[in-house]
Amino acid sequence: MKLTSYEQEILDGKHGAGMAMAMEIQVAIGETFDADRMVNITRTHVALSAQDADLWFAEKLLAKGARCIVSPTVNPSINLKYLNEHLFEVPEEGKRIVSATNEAYRKLGATLTFDCTPYLQQNVPAFGEVISFSESSATPYVNSVIGARTNREASQSALCAAITGMVPRYGLLLDENRRAQVVVDVEADVRTDFDYQLLGWCYPEKYKGLEVPVFTGIQVRPTPEGFMNFGAQLNTSGCVPMYHIAGITPEAPTLEAALGGNAVKHRFSITQKDLDATRERLCGAPGKINFAMFGCPHITINQVAAIARICDGRRFGVDTWLLTSSLTKELAGRMGFLDIIQRAGGHIVADTCIDVPPCWQPYYGSVGVTDSPKCAYYNEIRGIKFIIRPIEEAIEAAIIGEVRK
Amino acid sequence: MGKTFHCTKIAKGQAEAEAIVSKDAVCFYLVEPDTGVVVEKNHDITGQSIAGKILIMPSGKGSSVVQADGLYKLAQRGMEPKAIIVEQADTVLVSSAIIMETPMVHQVEKGFYDEVKTGMRLRLDAAQGTITIL
Repeated sequence: MKLTSYEQEILDGKHGAGMAMAMEIQVAIGETFDADRMVNITRTHVALSAQDADLWFAEKLLAKGARCIVSPTVNPSINLKYLNEHLFEVPEEGKRIVSATNEAYRKLGATLTFDCTPYLQQNVPAFGEVISFSESSATPYVNSVIGARTNREASQSALCAAITGMVPRYGLLLDENRRAQVVVDVEADVRTDFDYQLLGWCYPEKYKGLEVPVFTGIQVRPTPEGFMNFGAQLNTSGCVPMYHIAGITPEAPTLEAALGGNAVKHRFSITQKDLDATRERLCGAPGKINFAMFGCPHITINQVAAIARICDGRRFGVDTWLLTSSLTKELAGRMGFLDIIQRAGGHIVADTCIDVPPCWQPYYGSVGVTDSPKCAYYNEIRGIKFIIRPIEEAIEAAIIGEVRK
Repeated sequence: MGKTFHCTKIAKGQAEAEAIVSKDAVCFYLVEPDTGVVVEKNHDITGQSIAGKILIMPSGKGSSVVQADGLYKLAQRGMEPKAIIVEQADTVLVSSAIIMETPMVHQVEKGFYDEVKTGMRLRLDAAQGTITIL
Protein backbone atom coordinates (compact mmCIF):
# COMPACT_ATOMS: atom_id res chain seq x y z
CA MET A 1 0.00 0.00 0.00
CA LYS A 2 1.28 3.46 -0.89
CA LEU A 3 1.40 5.88 2.04
CA THR A 4 1.82 9.65 1.88
CA SER A 5 4.66 11.20 3.87
CA TYR A 6 2.14 12.30 6.53
CA GLU A 7 0.75 8.76 6.81
CA GLN A 8 4.28 7.33 7.03
CA GLU A 9 5.05 9.81 9.82
CA ILE A 10 1.99 8.61 11.72
CA LEU A 11 3.12 5.01 11.30
CA ASP A 12 6.63 5.93 12.47
CA GLY A 13 5.23 7.39 15.68
CA LYS A 14 5.90 11.07 14.97
CA HIS A 15 2.30 11.89 15.91
CA GLY A 16 2.25 9.77 19.05
CA ALA A 17 2.25 6.11 19.98
CA GLY A 18 -1.56 5.85 20.06
CA MET A 19 -2.05 7.13 16.54
CA ALA A 20 0.83 4.91 15.36
CA MET A 21 -0.88 1.86 16.84
CA ALA A 22 -4.18 2.72 15.12
CA MET A 23 -2.38 3.28 11.81
CA GLU A 24 -0.44 0.02 12.12
CA ILE A 25 -3.70 -1.90 12.49
CA GLN A 26 -5.29 -0.09 9.55
CA VAL A 27 -2.29 -0.61 7.28
CA ALA A 28 -2.33 -4.33 8.08
CA ILE A 29 -6.04 -4.46 7.20
CA GLY A 30 -5.37 -2.50 4.00
CA GLU A 31 -2.59 -4.87 2.96
CA THR A 32 -4.73 -7.92 3.69
CA PHE A 33 -7.44 -6.63 1.35
CA ASP A 34 -5.12 -5.18 -1.32
CA ALA A 35 -5.96 -1.53 -0.63
CA ASP A 36 -3.94 0.85 -2.79
CA ARG A 37 -3.90 3.78 -0.36
CA MET A 38 -5.61 5.48 2.60
CA VAL A 39 -8.56 7.88 2.13
CA ASN A 40 -9.95 10.50 4.48
CA ILE A 41 -13.25 9.94 6.23
CA THR A 42 -15.75 12.41 7.65
CA ARG A 43 -17.82 10.25 10.03
CA THR A 44 -17.33 7.26 12.30
CA HIS A 45 -19.53 5.09 14.48
CA VAL A 46 -18.09 2.59 16.97
CA ALA A 47 -20.02 -0.39 18.30
CA LEU A 48 -18.94 0.14 21.90
CA SER A 49 -19.88 -2.99 23.86
CA ALA A 50 -18.54 -2.57 27.39
CA GLN A 51 -17.10 -6.07 27.30
CA ASP A 52 -13.58 -7.05 28.42
CA ALA A 53 -11.81 -6.68 25.08
CA ASP A 54 -13.59 -3.42 24.28
CA LEU A 55 -12.41 -1.78 27.51
CA TRP A 56 -8.92 -3.25 27.22
CA PHE A 57 -8.45 -1.90 23.69
CA ALA A 58 -9.89 1.56 24.42
CA GLU A 59 -7.70 1.91 27.53
CA LYS A 60 -4.62 0.69 25.66
CA LEU A 61 -5.11 3.37 22.97
CA LEU A 62 -5.76 5.97 25.64
CA ALA A 63 -2.62 5.04 27.58
CA LYS A 64 -0.63 5.53 24.39
CA GLY A 65 -2.07 9.01 24.07
CA ALA A 66 -4.55 8.43 21.23
CA ARG A 67 -7.36 10.95 20.60
CA CYS A 68 -10.13 10.84 17.99
CA ILE A 69 -9.77 13.20 15.04
CA VAL A 70 -13.22 12.28 13.69
CA SER A 71 -15.31 11.88 16.84
CA PRO A 72 -17.36 8.68 16.65
CA THR A 73 -20.89 8.22 17.89
CA VAL A 74 -21.13 5.05 19.97
CA ASN A 75 -23.44 2.12 20.63
CA PRO A 76 -25.52 1.79 23.80
CA SER A 77 -24.38 -0.08 26.89
CA ILE A 78 -26.21 0.05 30.24
CA ASN A 79 -28.08 2.95 31.82
CA LEU A 80 -26.96 2.01 35.34
CA LYS A 81 -29.02 4.65 37.12
CA TYR A 82 -32.32 3.72 35.50
CA LEU A 83 -31.87 -0.03 35.89
CA ASN A 84 -30.79 0.35 39.51
CA GLU A 85 -33.93 2.36 40.20
CA HIS A 86 -36.39 0.21 38.26
CA LEU A 87 -35.08 -3.34 37.83
CA PHE A 88 -32.29 -4.48 40.13
CA GLU A 89 -28.94 -3.56 41.63
CA VAL A 90 -26.53 -4.08 38.73
CA PRO A 91 -23.66 -6.29 40.04
CA GLU A 92 -20.42 -4.47 40.96
CA GLU A 93 -18.45 -6.00 38.10
CA GLY A 94 -21.05 -4.74 35.61
CA LYS A 95 -21.03 -1.25 37.12
CA ARG A 96 -17.25 -1.13 37.02
CA ILE A 97 -16.81 -2.17 33.41
CA VAL A 98 -19.62 0.10 32.13
CA SER A 99 -18.32 3.16 33.98
CA ALA A 100 -14.71 2.49 32.98
CA THR A 101 -15.66 1.98 29.31
CA ASN A 102 -17.70 5.19 29.20
CA GLU A 103 -14.83 7.09 30.79
CA ALA A 104 -12.24 5.65 28.37
CA TYR A 105 -14.35 6.56 25.32
CA ARG A 106 -15.07 10.03 26.69
CA LYS A 107 -11.34 10.65 27.15
CA LEU A 108 -10.60 9.32 23.66
CA GLY A 109 -12.95 12.00 22.37
CA ALA A 110 -15.96 9.92 21.36
CA THR A 111 -19.44 11.47 21.25
CA LEU A 112 -21.39 9.56 23.87
CA THR A 113 -24.71 9.07 22.05
CA PHE A 114 -25.17 5.46 23.28
CA ASP A 115 -27.49 4.73 20.38
CA CYS A 116 -27.29 2.02 17.70
CA THR A 117 -29.25 3.94 15.03
CA PRO A 118 -26.88 6.86 14.31
CA TYR A 119 -28.03 6.76 10.68
CA LEU A 120 -31.46 8.07 11.77
CA GLN A 121 -30.24 10.78 14.12
CA GLN A 122 -26.95 12.35 15.27
CA ASN A 123 -24.63 10.89 12.63
CA VAL A 124 -26.42 10.76 9.28
CA PRO A 125 -24.08 10.54 6.27
CA ALA A 126 -24.78 11.84 2.76
CA PHE A 127 -24.78 9.97 -0.54
CA GLY A 128 -21.24 9.08 -1.60
CA GLU A 129 -19.67 10.12 1.72
CA VAL A 130 -16.76 7.87 2.76
CA ILE A 131 -17.19 6.84 6.39
CA SER A 132 -16.24 4.12 8.88
CA PHE A 133 -19.22 2.52 10.63
CA SER A 134 -19.31 -0.62 12.75
CA GLU A 135 -22.62 -2.03 14.13
CA SER A 136 -24.59 -4.65 12.24
CA SER A 137 -27.77 -2.64 11.57
CA ALA A 138 -25.87 0.54 10.71
CA THR A 139 -23.52 -0.77 8.02
CA PRO A 140 -26.23 -2.00 5.61
CA TYR A 141 -28.38 1.08 6.23
CA VAL A 142 -25.72 3.66 5.40
CA ASN A 143 -24.45 1.72 2.37
CA SER A 144 -27.75 0.59 0.91
CA VAL A 145 -30.44 3.10 1.89
CA ILE A 146 -28.29 6.24 1.89
CA GLY A 147 -25.49 5.35 -0.53
CA ALA A 148 -22.67 6.38 1.82
CA ARG A 149 -19.58 4.14 1.69
CA THR A 150 -18.23 2.00 4.51
CA ASN A 151 -16.82 -1.47 4.88
CA ARG A 152 -18.23 -3.85 7.49
CA GLU A 153 -15.91 -2.46 10.14
CA ALA A 154 -15.03 -4.13 13.39
CA SER A 155 -15.64 -1.91 16.43
CA GLN A 156 -11.84 -1.84 16.84
CA SER A 157 -11.08 -0.90 13.23
CA ALA A 158 -13.73 1.85 13.33
CA LEU A 159 -12.12 3.24 16.48
CA CYS A 160 -8.73 3.22 14.71
CA ALA A 161 -10.35 5.15 11.84
CA ALA A 162 -11.72 7.72 14.29
CA ILE A 163 -8.17 8.20 15.59
CA THR A 164 -6.36 8.51 12.26
CA GLY A 165 -9.24 10.16 10.37
CA MET A 166 -8.78 7.78 7.45
CA VAL A 167 -9.42 4.25 6.21
CA PRO A 168 -7.69 1.93 3.74
CA ARG A 169 -9.42 2.03 0.33
CA TYR A 170 -10.84 -1.42 -0.45
CA GLY A 171 -14.10 -3.36 -0.62
CA LEU A 172 -17.30 -1.31 -0.52
CA LEU A 173 -15.43 1.98 -0.94
CA LEU A 174 -14.93 1.05 -4.60
CA ASP A 175 -17.65 1.30 -7.29
CA GLU A 176 -17.04 -2.16 -8.72
CA ASN A 177 -17.56 -3.89 -5.36
CA ARG A 178 -20.87 -2.15 -4.66
CA ARG A 179 -22.63 -3.59 -7.68
CA ALA A 180 -24.86 -6.62 -7.30
CA GLN A 181 -23.99 -10.14 -8.43
CA VAL A 182 -26.96 -11.96 -6.95
CA VAL A 183 -30.60 -11.33 -7.97
CA VAL A 184 -33.41 -12.16 -5.56
CA ASP A 185 -36.93 -12.09 -6.98
CA VAL A 186 -39.27 -11.38 -4.08
CA GLU A 187 -42.53 -13.14 -4.89
CA ALA A 188 -43.94 -12.76 -1.40
CA ASP A 189 -46.20 -10.03 -0.08
CA VAL A 190 -43.72 -7.78 1.71
CA ARG A 191 -45.08 -4.50 3.01
CA THR A 192 -45.11 -4.21 6.82
CA ASP A 193 -42.05 -3.44 8.93
CA PHE A 194 -42.30 -6.96 10.35
CA ASP A 195 -42.26 -8.49 6.87
CA TYR A 196 -38.76 -6.99 6.51
CA GLN A 197 -37.61 -8.76 9.70
CA LEU A 198 -38.61 -12.05 8.07
CA LEU A 199 -37.21 -11.25 4.62
CA GLY A 200 -33.94 -10.10 6.20
CA TRP A 201 -33.61 -13.29 8.21
CA CYS A 202 -34.68 -15.51 5.29
CA TYR A 203 -32.17 -14.36 2.62
CA PRO A 204 -28.97 -15.64 4.31
CA GLU A 205 -30.76 -18.89 5.13
CA LYS A 206 -31.33 -19.44 1.42
CA TYR A 207 -28.00 -18.14 0.13
CA LYS A 208 -24.67 -18.11 1.97
CA GLY A 209 -22.53 -16.25 -0.58
CA LEU A 210 -20.99 -12.89 0.33
CA GLU A 211 -21.76 -11.07 -2.95
CA VAL A 212 -23.98 -7.95 -2.92
CA PRO A 213 -27.62 -8.92 -3.63
CA VAL A 214 -30.32 -6.91 -5.45
CA PHE A 215 -33.94 -7.56 -4.50
CA THR A 216 -36.62 -7.16 -7.19
CA GLY A 217 -40.41 -7.26 -6.98
CA ILE A 218 -40.78 -4.88 -4.04
CA GLN A 219 -43.38 -2.31 -5.12
CA VAL A 220 -43.88 -0.18 -2.03
CA ARG A 221 -40.96 1.72 -0.50
CA PRO A 222 -40.16 0.42 3.00
CA THR A 223 -40.48 2.86 5.91
CA PRO A 224 -37.27 3.90 7.73
CA GLU A 225 -38.19 1.28 10.34
CA GLY A 226 -38.66 -1.33 7.61
CA PHE A 227 -35.19 -0.57 6.23
CA MET A 228 -33.74 -0.59 9.74
CA ASN A 229 -35.24 -4.03 10.45
CA PHE A 230 -34.17 -5.40 7.08
CA GLY A 231 -30.48 -4.50 7.49
CA ALA A 232 -30.33 -5.60 11.12
CA GLN A 233 -31.62 -9.08 10.29
CA LEU A 234 -29.64 -9.52 7.02
CA ASN A 235 -26.41 -8.72 8.85
CA THR A 236 -27.22 -10.90 11.88
CA SER A 237 -28.63 -13.98 10.16
CA GLY A 238 -25.81 -13.57 7.63
CA CYS A 239 -23.03 -11.20 6.67
CA VAL A 240 -24.65 -8.62 4.35
CA PRO A 241 -23.15 -5.15 4.66
CA MET A 242 -24.85 -3.91 1.48
CA TYR A 243 -27.86 -4.72 -0.71
CA HIS A 244 -30.00 -3.02 -3.34
CA ILE A 245 -33.76 -2.89 -3.90
CA ALA A 246 -34.41 -2.31 -7.59
CA GLY A 247 -36.35 0.89 -8.22
CA ILE A 248 -36.02 2.01 -4.59
CA THR A 249 -32.48 2.32 -3.18
CA PRO A 250 -30.26 5.07 -4.64
CA GLU A 251 -27.67 2.94 -6.43
CA ALA A 252 -30.37 0.77 -8.03
CA PRO A 253 -32.74 2.90 -10.11
CA THR A 254 -33.16 -0.26 -12.20
CA LEU A 255 -32.07 -3.89 -11.94
CA GLU A 256 -29.52 -3.26 -14.68
CA ALA A 257 -28.06 -0.27 -12.84
CA ALA A 258 -27.71 -2.33 -9.66
CA LEU A 259 -25.79 -5.01 -11.58
CA GLY A 260 -23.67 -2.40 -13.37
CA GLY A 261 -22.66 -4.84 -16.12
CA ASN A 262 -21.88 -7.71 -13.72
CA ALA A 263 -22.84 -11.19 -14.84
CA VAL A 264 -25.54 -12.66 -12.57
CA LYS A 265 -23.78 -15.23 -10.43
CA HIS A 266 -26.93 -16.61 -8.86
CA ARG A 267 -30.66 -15.83 -9.21
CA PHE A 268 -33.47 -17.24 -7.06
CA SER A 269 -36.90 -16.38 -5.66
CA ILE A 270 -38.13 -15.82 -2.13
CA THR A 271 -41.78 -16.83 -2.07
CA GLN A 272 -44.53 -16.44 0.51
CA LYS A 273 -43.89 -20.09 1.36
CA ASP A 274 -40.24 -19.27 2.19
CA LEU A 275 -41.25 -16.39 4.45
CA ASP A 276 -43.90 -18.51 6.14
CA ALA A 277 -41.29 -21.22 6.73
CA THR A 278 -38.89 -18.67 8.27
CA ARG A 279 -41.72 -17.38 10.48
CA GLU A 280 -42.61 -20.91 11.53
CA ARG A 281 -39.01 -21.79 12.43
CA LEU A 282 -38.05 -18.51 14.04
CA CYS A 283 -41.00 -16.96 15.81
CA GLY A 284 -42.03 -19.56 18.39
CA ALA A 285 -45.36 -21.02 19.48
CA PRO A 286 -47.90 -19.02 21.52
CA GLY A 287 -47.56 -19.18 25.30
CA LYS A 288 -47.20 -17.32 28.58
CA ILE A 289 -44.49 -14.65 28.83
CA ASN A 290 -42.60 -13.09 31.75
CA PHE A 291 -41.56 -9.83 30.08
CA ALA A 292 -41.49 -7.85 26.81
CA MET A 293 -38.54 -6.12 25.15
CA PHE A 294 -38.34 -3.79 22.16
CA GLY A 295 -35.41 -1.83 20.80
CA CYS A 296 -33.03 -4.02 18.84
CA PRO A 297 -32.24 -1.79 17.01
CA HIS A 298 -33.36 1.14 19.19
CA ILE A 299 -37.01 2.00 18.47
CA THR A 300 -37.96 5.23 16.70
CA ILE A 301 -40.46 7.89 17.78
CA ASN A 302 -42.96 6.41 15.27
CA GLN A 303 -42.71 3.05 17.01
CA VAL A 304 -43.04 4.68 20.43
CA ALA A 305 -46.19 6.45 19.16
CA ALA A 306 -47.68 3.18 17.85
CA ILE A 307 -47.01 1.49 21.20
CA ALA A 308 -48.55 4.42 23.13
CA ARG A 309 -51.72 4.22 21.02
CA ILE A 310 -52.17 0.54 21.91
CA CYS A 311 -51.45 0.77 25.64
CA ASP A 312 -53.24 4.10 26.31
CA GLY A 313 -55.50 3.65 29.35
CA ARG A 314 -54.50 0.00 29.83
CA ARG A 315 -51.95 -1.81 32.05
CA PHE A 316 -49.08 -4.07 31.04
CA GLY A 317 -49.39 -7.52 32.59
CA VAL A 318 -45.61 -8.14 32.45
CA ASP A 319 -42.45 -5.98 32.68
CA THR A 320 -42.24 -4.05 29.40
CA TRP A 321 -39.02 -2.41 28.25
CA LEU A 322 -38.70 0.01 25.33
CA LEU A 323 -35.05 0.74 24.49
CA THR A 324 -34.25 3.88 22.55
CA SER A 325 -31.93 6.86 22.27
CA SER A 326 -31.93 9.64 24.86
CA LEU A 327 -33.20 12.04 22.16
CA THR A 328 -36.17 9.83 21.31
CA LYS A 329 -36.97 9.43 25.00
CA GLU A 330 -36.90 13.21 25.41
CA LEU A 331 -39.20 13.59 22.41
CA ALA A 332 -41.54 10.88 23.74
CA GLY A 333 -41.82 12.95 26.92
CA ARG A 334 -42.63 16.10 24.99
CA MET A 335 -45.29 14.27 22.95
CA GLY A 336 -46.99 12.72 26.01
CA PHE A 337 -46.11 9.17 24.94
CA LEU A 338 -43.80 8.67 27.93
CA ASP A 339 -46.64 9.49 30.34
CA ILE A 340 -49.00 7.07 28.58
CA ILE A 341 -46.45 4.27 28.61
CA GLN A 342 -45.42 4.86 32.22
CA ARG A 343 -49.07 4.99 33.38
CA ALA A 344 -49.48 1.60 31.73
CA GLY A 345 -46.54 0.39 33.83
CA GLY A 346 -44.02 0.26 30.97
CA HIS A 347 -40.47 1.64 30.82
CA ILE A 348 -38.65 3.69 28.22
CA VAL A 349 -34.94 3.38 28.94
CA ALA A 350 -32.28 5.34 27.06
CA ASP A 351 -28.64 4.42 26.30
CA THR A 352 -29.14 0.70 26.90
CA CYS A 353 -28.70 -2.42 24.76
CA ILE A 354 -30.57 -5.73 24.85
CA ASP A 355 -27.19 -7.47 24.72
CA VAL A 356 -24.92 -6.00 27.40
CA PRO A 357 -24.50 -8.43 30.26
CA PRO A 358 -25.31 -8.45 33.11
CA CYS A 359 -28.08 -5.87 32.87
CA TRP A 360 -30.94 -8.24 32.02
CA GLN A 361 -29.89 -10.90 34.54
CA PRO A 362 -33.31 -10.99 36.30
CA TYR A 363 -34.77 -12.43 33.09
CA TYR A 364 -32.17 -15.15 32.51
CA GLY A 365 -33.99 -18.44 32.04
CA SER A 366 -37.39 -16.84 31.37
CA VAL A 367 -39.61 -16.23 28.32
CA GLY A 368 -40.13 -12.85 26.69
CA VAL A 369 -41.85 -11.37 23.66
CA THR A 370 -40.11 -9.11 21.13
CA ASP A 371 -40.51 -7.97 17.54
CA SER A 372 -36.81 -8.54 16.71
CA PRO A 373 -35.18 -11.82 15.64
CA LYS A 374 -31.79 -10.22 16.38
CA CYS A 375 -32.84 -9.60 19.99
CA ALA A 376 -33.91 -13.23 20.30
CA TYR A 377 -30.70 -14.58 18.73
CA TYR A 378 -28.27 -12.69 20.98
CA ASN A 379 -30.11 -13.72 24.12
CA GLU A 380 -30.08 -17.44 23.41
CA ILE A 381 -26.70 -17.85 25.13
CA ARG A 382 -28.15 -16.36 28.33
CA GLY A 383 -31.03 -18.80 28.37
CA ILE A 384 -33.67 -16.18 27.56
CA LYS A 385 -36.24 -17.49 25.10
CA PHE A 386 -38.14 -14.98 23.00
CA ILE A 387 -41.43 -15.38 21.16
CA ILE A 388 -41.26 -13.08 18.13
CA ARG A 389 -44.34 -11.20 16.86
CA PRO A 390 -45.08 -7.95 15.00
CA ILE A 391 -44.74 -5.02 17.40
CA GLU A 392 -48.52 -4.40 17.69
CA GLU A 393 -49.25 -8.06 18.52
CA ALA A 394 -46.31 -8.17 20.92
CA ILE A 395 -47.64 -5.14 22.83
CA GLU A 396 -51.08 -6.78 23.10
CA ALA A 397 -49.30 -9.87 24.45
CA ALA A 398 -47.44 -7.74 27.01
CA ILE A 399 -50.77 -6.36 28.23
CA ILE A 400 -52.41 -9.76 28.72
CA GLY A 401 -49.20 -11.57 29.71
CA GLU A 402 -49.52 -14.14 26.99
CA VAL A 403 -48.96 -14.60 23.27
CA ARG A 404 -52.33 -16.07 22.22
CA LYS A 405 -51.71 -16.84 18.53
CA MET B 1 13.98 -30.64 6.61
CA GLY B 2 10.25 -30.47 5.90
CA LYS B 3 8.26 -29.05 3.05
CA THR B 4 7.83 -25.24 2.92
CA PHE B 5 4.85 -23.33 1.51
CA HIS B 6 4.60 -19.62 0.78
CA CYS B 7 1.88 -17.46 2.30
CA THR B 8 1.06 -13.78 2.92
CA LYS B 9 1.31 -12.04 6.27
CA ILE B 10 -1.75 -10.57 7.97
CA ALA B 11 -0.50 -10.23 11.55
CA LYS B 12 3.23 -10.43 12.29
CA GLY B 13 4.99 -13.07 14.35
CA GLN B 14 6.40 -16.57 14.36
CA ALA B 15 5.23 -19.82 15.86
CA GLU B 16 6.13 -23.47 16.00
CA ALA B 17 3.38 -25.81 17.16
CA GLU B 18 1.02 -28.65 16.41
CA ALA B 19 -1.61 -28.04 13.71
CA ILE B 20 -5.34 -28.24 14.25
CA VAL B 21 -7.46 -28.17 11.09
CA SER B 22 -11.08 -27.00 11.18
CA LYS B 23 -13.35 -27.36 8.15
CA ASP B 24 -15.81 -24.91 9.73
CA ALA B 25 -15.42 -21.21 10.42
CA VAL B 26 -14.39 -20.51 14.02
CA CYS B 27 -16.03 -18.03 16.39
CA PHE B 28 -13.76 -17.49 19.43
CA TYR B 29 -16.76 -16.64 21.59
CA LEU B 30 -17.78 -20.28 21.33
CA VAL B 31 -14.45 -21.57 22.65
CA GLU B 32 -14.23 -22.29 26.39
CA PRO B 33 -11.82 -19.62 27.72
CA ASP B 34 -10.33 -21.76 30.52
CA THR B 35 -9.41 -24.71 28.30
CA GLY B 36 -9.36 -23.55 24.68
CA VAL B 37 -11.89 -26.27 23.82
CA VAL B 38 -14.38 -25.50 21.04
CA VAL B 39 -17.87 -25.78 22.52
CA GLU B 40 -19.96 -24.79 19.49
CA LYS B 41 -22.41 -27.56 18.65
CA ASN B 42 -22.27 -29.40 15.31
CA HIS B 43 -18.80 -27.95 14.61
CA ASP B 44 -15.99 -29.78 12.84
CA ILE B 45 -13.70 -29.51 15.90
CA THR B 46 -16.23 -29.58 18.75
CA GLY B 47 -14.54 -30.86 21.89
CA GLN B 48 -10.99 -30.25 20.62
CA SER B 49 -8.63 -27.66 22.08
CA ILE B 50 -7.05 -24.90 20.00
CA ALA B 51 -4.84 -23.73 22.89
CA GLY B 52 -1.16 -23.40 21.95
CA LYS B 53 -1.76 -24.80 18.46
CA ILE B 54 -1.59 -23.41 14.94
CA LEU B 55 -5.23 -23.12 13.91
CA ILE B 56 -6.09 -23.71 10.26
CA MET B 57 -9.59 -22.59 9.31
CA PRO B 58 -11.60 -21.38 6.30
CA SER B 59 -12.70 -18.09 7.93
CA GLY B 60 -13.79 -16.44 11.14
CA LYS B 61 -17.38 -15.64 11.97
CA GLY B 62 -19.32 -13.46 14.37
CA SER B 63 -19.47 -9.74 15.11
CA SER B 64 -16.43 -7.72 16.13
CA VAL B 65 -17.73 -7.66 19.68
CA VAL B 66 -17.85 -11.42 20.12
CA GLN B 67 -14.79 -12.32 18.01
CA ALA B 68 -12.34 -9.93 19.68
CA ASP B 69 -13.73 -10.60 23.13
CA GLY B 70 -13.48 -14.35 22.61
CA LEU B 71 -9.83 -14.17 21.54
CA TYR B 72 -9.06 -11.74 24.37
CA LYS B 73 -10.51 -14.04 27.03
CA LEU B 74 -8.43 -16.94 25.66
CA ALA B 75 -5.26 -14.84 25.61
CA GLN B 76 -5.82 -13.68 29.21
CA ARG B 77 -5.67 -17.33 30.28
CA GLY B 78 -2.85 -18.36 27.92
CA MET B 79 -5.27 -20.56 25.95
CA GLU B 80 -5.13 -18.73 22.61
CA PRO B 81 -3.89 -20.38 19.40
CA LYS B 82 -0.16 -19.82 18.72
CA ALA B 83 -0.97 -18.71 15.17
CA ILE B 84 -3.81 -18.76 12.62
CA ILE B 85 -3.83 -19.78 8.96
CA VAL B 86 -7.00 -18.56 7.25
CA GLU B 87 -8.39 -18.91 3.72
CA GLN B 88 -10.91 -16.03 3.65
CA ALA B 89 -10.08 -13.25 6.08
CA ASP B 90 -12.61 -10.58 7.06
CA THR B 91 -12.03 -7.18 8.70
CA VAL B 92 -13.22 -8.39 12.10
CA LEU B 93 -10.83 -11.37 12.20
CA VAL B 94 -7.92 -9.28 10.90
CA SER B 95 -8.45 -6.56 13.52
CA SER B 96 -8.78 -9.12 16.31
CA ALA B 97 -5.57 -10.97 15.37
CA ILE B 98 -3.49 -7.81 15.04
CA ILE B 99 -4.74 -6.36 18.30
CA MET B 100 -4.18 -9.60 20.22
CA GLU B 101 -0.79 -10.02 18.51
CA THR B 102 -1.68 -13.50 17.24
CA PRO B 103 0.42 -14.23 14.13
CA MET B 104 -1.90 -14.79 11.16
CA VAL B 105 -1.36 -15.53 7.45
CA HIS B 106 -3.49 -16.15 4.37
CA GLN B 107 -3.09 -16.88 0.64
CA VAL B 108 -1.17 -20.09 1.28
CA GLU B 109 0.41 -21.80 -1.72
CA LYS B 110 -1.62 -24.54 -3.40
CA GLY B 111 -1.00 -28.01 -2.10
CA PHE B 112 -0.68 -27.02 1.56
CA TYR B 113 -4.28 -27.87 2.33
CA ASP B 114 -3.91 -31.31 0.73
CA GLU B 115 -0.97 -32.16 2.96
CA VAL B 116 -1.68 -30.56 6.31
CA LYS B 117 -3.40 -32.73 8.94
CA THR B 118 -4.32 -32.19 12.56
CA GLY B 119 -1.41 -33.21 14.77
CA MET B 120 1.39 -32.36 12.31
CA ARG B 121 4.08 -30.04 13.60
CA LEU B 122 4.35 -26.71 11.74
CA ARG B 123 6.68 -23.73 11.78
CA LEU B 124 5.15 -20.44 10.66
CA ASP B 125 6.91 -17.15 10.00
CA ALA B 126 4.46 -14.42 9.03
CA ALA B 127 7.07 -11.80 8.09
CA GLN B 128 8.94 -14.25 5.86
CA GLY B 129 5.63 -15.56 4.50
CA THR B 130 6.49 -19.22 5.04
CA ILE B 131 4.89 -22.27 6.61
CA THR B 132 6.99 -25.42 7.01
CA ILE B 133 5.59 -28.86 7.73
CA LEU B 134 8.26 -30.34 9.98
